[in-house]
Amino acid sequence: MKHKSISYAKWGYIFIIPFFVAFILFNLIPLVSTFYNSLFENYLGRGGLVQVGPNFIGLDNFKTMFAPETELGKYFGNTFILWILGFIPQIFFSLLFASWFTDLRMKLKTGAYKVIFYLPNVIMAAAMGMLFYTMFAQNGPINSIYMSITGKDSPYMFFDNVWSQRSVIAIINFLMWYGNTTIMLMAAINGVDPSLYESAQIDGATPSQTFWKITLPLIRPILLYVLITSLIGGLQMYDVPQIITKNGEQVQRTSMTVVMYLQKHLYSKNYGMAGALSVILFVVAAVLSLVVFYVTTEREPKKKVKKGGIK
Amino acid sequence: MANLKKLLAGAMALCMAGAMFASCGNTEEGGSDSKSNTTNNAGTNDNKGGEDGGNGGEDGGNGGDAAGDLKEDKLPNVPQNVEGSEASKKVLKIYTWNDEFKSRLRDFYPEYDKEASGYDGEKVGEHEYLKDGTEIVWVTTPNADNAYQNKLDEDLKAQADSDDKIDMFLVEADYALKYVNGPYVKPVADLGLTDADLADQYQYTKDIVTDSNGVLEGVSWQATPGLFAYRRDIAKEVLGTDDPTEVQAQLSDWDKFNEVAKKMKDAGYFMLSGYDDAYRTFSNNVSHAWVNNKMQIVVDDNLMKWVDQTKEYSDKGYNNGTSLWDDQWNADQSSAGKVFGFFYSTWGINFTLAGNAGDDLQGQYAVCEGPQAYYWGGTWMCAADGTDNPETVADIMKALTCNKDIMLDITKKTQDYTNNKSAMEELAKDFSSDFLGGQNHIALFTKAAPNIDASKAGPYDQGLNESFQAAFKDYFLGSVDKDTALQNFYKAAQEKYPELTVAE
Repeated sequence: MKHKSISYAKWGYIFIIPFFVAFILFNLIPLVSTFYNSLFENYLGRGGLVQVGPNFIGLDNFKTMFAPETELGKYFGNTFILWILGFIPQIFFSLLFASWFTDLRMKLKTGAYKVIFYLPNVIMAAAMGMLFYTMFAQNGPINSIYMSITGKDSPYMFFDNVWSQRSVIAIINFLMWYGNTTIMLMAAINGVDPSLYESAQIDGATPSQTFWKITLPLIRPILLYVLITSLIGGLQMYDVPQIITKNGEQVQRTSMTVVMYLQKHLYSKNYGMAGALSVILFVVAAVLSLVVFYVTTEREPKKKVKKGGIK
Repeated sequence: MANLKKLLAGAMALCMAGAMFASCGNTEEGGSDSKSNTTNNAGTNDNKGGEDGGNGGEDGGNGGDAAGDLKEDKLPNVPQNVEGSEASKKVLKIYTWNDEFKSRLRDFYPEYDKEASGYDGEKVGEHEYLKDGTEIVWVTTPNADNAYQNKLDEDLKAQADSDDKIDMFLVEADYALKYVNGPYVKPVADLGLTDADLADQYQYTKDIVTDSNGVLEGVSWQATPGLFAYRRDIAKEVLGTDDPTEVQAQLSDWDKFNEVAKKMKDAGYFMLSGYDDAYRTFSNNVSHAWVNNKMQIVVDDNLMKWVDQTKEYSDKGYNNGTSLWDDQWNADQSSAGKVFGFFYSTWGINFTLAGNAGDDLQGQYAVCEGPQAYYWGGTWMCAADGTDNPETVADIMKALTCNKDIMLDITKKTQDYTNNKSAMEELAKDFSSDFLGGQNHIALFTKAAPNIDASKAGPYDQGLNESFQAAFKDYFLGSVDKDTALQNFYKAAQEKYPELTVAE
């Protein structure tokens, strides 16, 4: 008979079924219903006792969202600021540690460090938030130190000033994520062909030259990946600022992120407005992802063109 | 490239798993966040009272106002489609947000079986029982950020079609009206409590829980007139006396209060701890409710007076810049604190202040009436419609809120001010509080309690009070001007309650 070749392909499809089932149930259906809900007026009135709606109101929720007094841009701005404040030190220290730990000449035993660096990420974000809130509080240890060093008799109110509050949030985000990034970058650097380093050394390259000219260009895809996952993760930032700023109201909402703003609408289970904001958030995240997708896939042909040009 | 793909796939799987944990983190965090706010009794336990007469609570428009206060109609109760199961009949399910009522029930309800529950005054066993074998199940949800109400709303909504019935739930003054005029509560009269039973309770504690048809829907074991509690040692040093009558003479109106504040500042002390400390004294003396009958938010002039006073105090350094329930706020009440006094109502003195003061300051606080009469907080018991233990619920209500002996006992042992006029007047004759250095504060409460008027309370008070305080904190800190703070408040309020608009 025709037993010439046995196809294992169907197993591949069978193995990925669980993912698709989970995706449809927990991602796709909620996604579609979010779009649907955003077109309705739908909330609980009288403090939560009476259902109002759902009444179809077209794009009114979006109009309210984009109205200037809603200041949606401010919340996106806050989110971006909080993210970038944490991301810059995060990527700097991650690169530094990753290049040190992978440097053959330093011969570091890195196992323990990897674990220690990763530990902050294991702690729940909320717990980190609580910890730092207590540390930087009016009567916390940081203020005791501050007062004994400067000799001032009143504490510095970290959570009552825009930038000190944002900095505390950024520090937490940095501490939580730099270990994760370090490990990812180490994996990337270890993937670089060692012979490149060896030949560079033989040619007399300094460590900084090998870093800038070899390591960095070759781990660019991973760097880009780190950037984009961090950006999308940053877009959804919630726990840490929520705790540090006590529901985001502190200091003129200058540390209120988009997702915190979204939560504000769930006080009265306002699914219409919350849905509209979720859709906007989805579009922004999708655009960011597409940009990266475009950049990473276009890179290859561009290079060839460039090479051709040089020749 | 294959390596890269593996790495990417692995990293993505990691991210997905991470995202899952992250979302777990969120809910968890909501809990811990709110916990910090509610460890001390009624975190946001507040109310608004008013000056204008309407003691009935349901009188219509207010004098010449273009729009009267919001008076919502009572919603008809929903029919109960399913009866409670046998298992549910043996369980008394009570919804609450803290331990205050639990300890009252454990310590003072005669039918509570201390032995079977393993209760020794502090610790309690895993299961709690009444003497007839009914098990008590507590469903505890923290108050902050509306968590308690959300939980309650959801479960009460399901009550009609569930065979696991909620028997009783507790409400605070700030949102009592929401449930009183809502469709899920069983009138007190239906449980068998008569007017005669309730005759000795303070009128305002009934007004708050009377629905728009004039039917009483809940009862409370406490009345909560407010006083000003001050440190005796600081009073002696700065004012030259710690005698409550003489201190009161120096604090009897806001002008004098401000003068004392200046003296405190000059002597290196703070008059008040934080921005919100005096809030209740102003918000209880408003001339109209938060929301008018056109569903518009109205900021009362008296609240703006609070804003102006607090701004002045903040600028001049008369307060320590804390917020209610903060760590520093709690610490300010201990011997390490440099704060002269705190506005506190009944529960605040015996429950919160005594706890925060610690052993060092036993006998070092005293109370006086302060510049303005007010009240703050209070907890009411409501029977859930559809309860399958109505007799037990009625018995608990009767024992804890109508039985004079038990109420006397509560006050003697806990110094809580109970909701029984004749008992309190009797006690006021010769009461002495060790914590207050032998002062008879019950006598002060007895003077203040009959004057409490809760006619300005409304269903939206909790959310609006919280937003108002939060929005104006920026003004006190100097980061925005007054008008911006007000606009920020309106914005936050409308996010919370989309049905409300702003009065022009």
